[in-house]
Amino acid sequence: MNAKALILFFLLPIAAWAQGFAGLGTDADGFTVPERGYHFTFPRDHGSHPDFRIEWWYLTANLEATDGTPYGLQWTLFRSALAPEEKEGWGSPQIWFAHAAVTTPEAHHVSERIARGGIGQAGVRAQPFDAWIDDWRMAGPDFDNLQLTATGADFAYDMTLTAQGPLIFQGDRGYSVKSREGQASYYYSQPFFAIKGTLSLPQGDIEVTGDAWLDREWSSQPLAVNQTGWDWFSLSFETGEKMMGFRLRQTDGAHFTAGTWISPQGETEPFANGVFNADPQDMSEVAGRQIPTGWRVTVPQKGVDITVTALNQAAWMDVNVPYWEGPVVVTGSHPGRGYLEMTGYE
Amino acid sequence: MIAAGLSALWSHWWHSKLQLVTLLSGLALATALWSGVQAINSEARASYDAAAAVLGEGRFDQLVPANAEGIALDTYITLRRAGWQVSPVLEGEIGLGSTRARIVGVDPLTAPGGSGTSVLSAPPEPQEFLGDGVIFAHPGVADALTERVSARVVVDTGVAPDTALMDVGVAAQLLGRSDLSRLIVATEQPMGLPALSDIAPGLIRQSAQEGAEVGRLTDSFHLNLTAFGLLAFVVGLFIVHGTIGLAFEQRRGMVRTLRALGMPLKTLIALLALEMAAFALIAGGVGVLLGYLIAGALLPDVAATLEGLYGAQISGALRLRPDWWLTGMGIAFAGTLIAASGALWRIARMPLLASPGGRAWAVATGQTRRWLGLAALALAVSAALALSLGQGLLLAFAGLGALLMGAALALPTLLGSVLAVAEARAQSIRAQWFWADTRQQVPGLSLALMALLLAAAANIGVSTMVSSFRITFIDFLDQRLASDLYIQAEDERQAAEIEAFLAPEAQEIMPLLHVDTRLADAPAELYGVRVGATYRDNWGFLDGADDAWQTVAQGDAVVINEQMARRAGLWVGDDLTVAQGMSLPIAGVFGDYGNPVGQAVLSEMTFLQLYPDIRPTRFGIRVDDKDAARAALQDFGLKDPQIIDQQVIKDFSLGVFERTFTVTAALNVLTLSVAAFAILTSLLTLAAIRVPQLAPAWAMGFTRASLGRLELLRAVVLALLTMILAVPLGLMLAWILLAVVNVEAFGWRLPMFTFPLDYAKLALFGVLAAALAALWPARRLARTPPADLLKVFSNER
Amino acid sequence: MLLTVKNLTKSYTGPDGDTPVLRGVCLSLDQGETLALTGESGSGKSTLLHLIGGLDLPGGGEIILAGKDVAAMDDAARAALRRDTVGVIFQQFNLIPSMTVAANIGFHARLAGRQDKAHEAALSDALGLVDHLHKFPEQLSGGQQQRVAIARTLAARPALVLADEPTGNLDEGTAAEVIDQMQALVAQSGTALMMVTHSTALAARMGRQLHLSQGRLA
Repeated sequence: MNAKALILFFLLPIAAWAQGFAGLGTDADGFTVPERGYHFTFPRDHGSHPDFRIEWWYLTANLEATDGTPYGLQWTLFRSALAPEEKEGWGSPQIWFAHAAVTTPEAHHVSERIARGGIGQAGVRAQPFDAWIDDWRMAGPDFDNLQLTATGADFAYDMTLTAQGPLIFQGDRGYSVKSREGQASYYYSQPFFAIKGTLSLPQGDIEVTGDAWLDREWSSQPLAVNQTGWDWFSLSFETGEKMMGFRLRQTDGAHFTAGTWISPQGETEPFANGVFNADPQDMSEVAGRQIPTGWRVTVPQKGVDITVTALNQAAWMDVNVPYWEGPVVVTGSHPGRGYLEMTGYE
Repeated sequence: MIAAGLSALWSHWWHSKLQLVTLLSGLALATALWSGVQAINSEARASYDAAAAVLGEGRFDQLVPANAEGIALDTYITLRRAGWQVSPVLEGEIGLGSTRARIVGVDPLTAPGGSGTSVLSAPPEPQEFLGDGVIFAHPGVADALTERVSARVVVDTGVAPDTALMDVGVAAQLLGRSDLSRLIVATEQPMGLPALSDIAPGLIRQSAQEGAEVGRLTDSFHLNLTAFGLLAFVVGLFIVHGTIGLAFEQRRGMVRTLRALGMPLKTLIALLALEMAAFALIAGGVGVLLGYLIAGALLPDVAATLEGLYGAQISGALRLRPDWWLTGMGIAFAGTLIAASGALWRIARMPLLASPGGRAWAVATGQTRRWLGLAALALAVSAALALSLGQGLLLAFAGLGALLMGAALALPTLLGSVLAVAEARAQSIRAQWFWADTRQQVPGLSLALMALLLAAAANIGVSTMVSSFRITFIDFLDQRLASDLYIQAEDERQAAEIEAFLAPEAQEIMPLLHVDTRLADAPAELYGVRVGATYRDNWGFLDGADDAWQTVAQGDAVVINEQMARRAGLWVGDDLTVAQGMSLPIAGVFGDYGNPVGQAVLSEMTFLQLYPDIRPTRFGIRVDDKDAARAALQDFGLKDPQIIDQQVIKDFSLGVFERTFTVTAALNVLTLSVAAFAILTSLLTLAAIRVPQLAPAWAMGFTRASLGRLELLRAVVLALLTMILAVPLGLMLAWILLAVVNVEAFGWRLPMFTFPLDYAKLALFGVLAAALAALWPARRLARTPPADLLKVFSNER
Repeated sequence: MLLTVKNLTKSYTGPDGDTPVLRGVCLSLDQGETLALTGESGSGKSTLLHLIGGLDLPGGGEIILAGKDVAAMDDAARAALRRDTVGVIFQQFNLIPSMTVAANIGFHARLAGRQDKAHEAALSDALGLVDHLHKFPEQLSGGQQQRVAIARTLAARPALVLADEPTGNLDEGTAAEVIDQMQALVAQSGTALMMVTHSTALAARMGRQLHLSQGRLA
């Protein structure tokens, strides 16, 4: 989910990153750089990695109320380090920020939090798992059973997550390449969460159930200099199969794509660059810009030819670095639902 | 044609350079006084704004600790983790050699938009600011800070004076503190927020409005200054109006000739307007620069006054701000326009064939005098209406303005009547001629005399206010600082030890119990005191029973300060709810000058019933030998700053007042000088008209020397009459300032004291100034060659 | 014909109603001609002069000067007429007190945009003003001041000079001298001259004489 790297790319000064681009595989300003063949250790790797520059816990969920109304939910905690270390107190170089959102067919509620590490305002602990910023929290006895809360000025939610399948590793056993130049991250997911709970919205409390997808990713390298933005899909088909795919847009008009096919049992099949295709079909005017809210996605080798449409075109995340993120409906060869994230549309 | 026209117009000024100097200096002086005062104001305001903006004062609510201690970091985290969107602020002071710097630490990550680092002229990215961080410092303290700290210090003019803005972590390190001073509450909060009292009971939420209290107090000080500036400008306008009027009147012949020779009227008016605009430009520019000098000289005193009175920090150094350049030039242009429009209008309406001398400038017709009288009456009525009906500071100032203008316009009529009486009573023919001739002079001198009247009245009014304030304040200080030493204990345990230690030594020990709370729906300070001889003997009341302190001591009553009384509409005999379930009658209302917050005072016993957990940490003591007591306390283990000599506080407070006086006195001298200058220029310009008026008297046997002496006497008489009339006007002004403006602005009313000797001195000074101003014109008159006097007759047809 | 006046009327409005001053005056004047206008005080001779010079507005009738009807002109056109076509010499000289004699002499010509220094020098010489060029008007005698006014008018080369009792403020000897000089210069320049005077002696020196009585030409 390198789109978040883009967010950070905008948030942090470009100069700080320049050295990272220049020497691939070398350490960037003392930060550790992902390496192919890394052995993940759990629960330790569910926690934070302060020696890496950027990291996130990224959860999206497709929900349904008892009356059949579809909803979407997002809970994202980002960590961004100014230096590869953690310190107690105000001097901590770790900055945390988080986005929470609830999307309904008619409305999109967003809230944002920012904090620094070291003083207890935000952080992540591996065991028992606890990720928090202010009053927002994702915590539980282990990574398979989590409680999720967030509040905004006009919404709140309280959810229970239960894993129904194994963790899956993106790219080459969790080493996810993001450009032809070789920028990469550590990337694993839990796409098999069952979720239920209560959405508090201005119109009242709503009981919902559905499925959720949690992404974990950390790195010290951002996008390549010629990459301008990102379209990311996480789709769950009615067959029980799932697919993650992303398309990085380049300044020269070309794209770099990657993806993973996930069987209902959690077996993975990574896509090389070019296997996953996504083409914008319908543009909508959102927040004064043209955003593709309808897509045609094809993966010929899997027989996938689907149309992906936003549940609510206005799912604009109006935060410090704004982007589009919301639930989608899938029709065509593989009907289903999922989440779509698009960044870098100016 | 235009060049020829301009050369003709310009030739007039070249020919009468004195008139040109008068016009330009009058306008420049008026602009200088106005823009000088404005410069002081805008500098001070910019300073407060910078200080308030960092903390979002006036825009965001704040959480402040209920007692004097700071807010623990844990409390902040507890609030955040409960969802409260609050941002930490840590404030403190550090010494930097001879000066001190105010340290303000903020958290750019959580600061609500518009507070924190966004006040800087070049706001940094968060990562530049965090961690080892950059310190943004006001130019005044940047150098000293650079020597003191290792972090990079960046000079930023957006930072308040004597202040350095930095990350809260950097501030904590610099100040050696681990707590926080206050929390800014963001406007937008998440839904379902738990109550503050449940999660942080030690904190009080202060609304944005309350935080701006100091701002409103200082506003009133500036309003006073602005009024002074405006008054000075009006005085200046009288001069300019007079000079321009005369200059146009003298050029009526030229205007007629130019038109007869074929210059179109419109072109002529345009050229005259252009000429005035050029003068406004020159005089305005000089005026703004002069104003800058005045402001530069006065600002350190103003800064000290404001800091001493209200704790508001402003820079003692002045910056040339484009906005007051603009307003200064604007007021010069507006003033010239006002002063010249009448004259231009008369030129535009003058028939081509009218005799150029047809309307003598200096002779007010019966009709204009009637108009002046009517206008004066209308202004007096509106002043009375504004003051009696209205509420609010602006209306009070409007009433003040109407009163002054009305009085000024009534002056010629009043002087005329007095002189008519004198003329009727004159015995000798010489005296009769003198009075009649003086009366004839009044219209020509009226503008200058009005300026003198206003300057003198402002002088009397403002001095009376400030002196009354000083007398009241000294009394107040004596009563409030009656104890000899004031002791601040480190904690409650030490306080108890000190009290035990002092019991045999001191005549009287007065522990001060204190809690910040809300009374009568406003933030207030509640005190518990041990009523003894000191309170009974020294602490008087504006209104209250003789045994007020006795009833307080018995726990049967409370006394409150005037601010609370006026704000809440309470007075002696009313009941005040001092805590839930306890209501006490108010036994007295005491004056409490310079304090914006309401205060209520209970007996120690009653206070401890309400707040059993609070122990005093401060004491006042009365001792026979102050030095011995101090030495004993030091031996006991108290550090020097813990023992405060009340005399020092008193001296400091009085020092602040002396500064106020400096500013007031300087402005007084300036306005009076402007008025004297008006008299001088009026007399000089009148001199030409005087020759034909005096020639008959000379022909009938007055010597030129005696005519010159009478000329001087005439100026003295007119100035004296004006000064006498200025006294009641000034007293009215003082009354409005003390009884109306002060109550509106500060919440207290000051008793008015009069200072007849000062007024007499002022009158003497005014007359002296007028005499000095008249000396040169009179001398010139006395030396008028007889041929010039003869010409008067030969020219007559 | 330089000037034709037909049926010119004018009255002044006072507290007692309208007082007629001119009651249908007709006259004409050719280029280079000189004309004296005589009459008693209040006979309307100055008013007639002012109307022709565009200094005042007539009640009725026509004033055709250099082919244009002065009576129908607006303010700006009348100002242009005074600047370019007419020169008026007043009884009270009407010099600009803050300008030197030299500047006063050149002033009208500068306004009209046709200054000619040589011409001014010749006029100053002819009128005996050469020694006074740097003085201010108040330093000159009445006769000298009127000579400056004459020089100023002629320096502007008007087609018609209107003189309103030009010697009214001067003693007899000086008056004769000034009139002599003026007449000579007017003749030299070919300018028409119309002079109001109450002196029959002066009037006799003009080419034509007209007598105004009770607002009518006798």
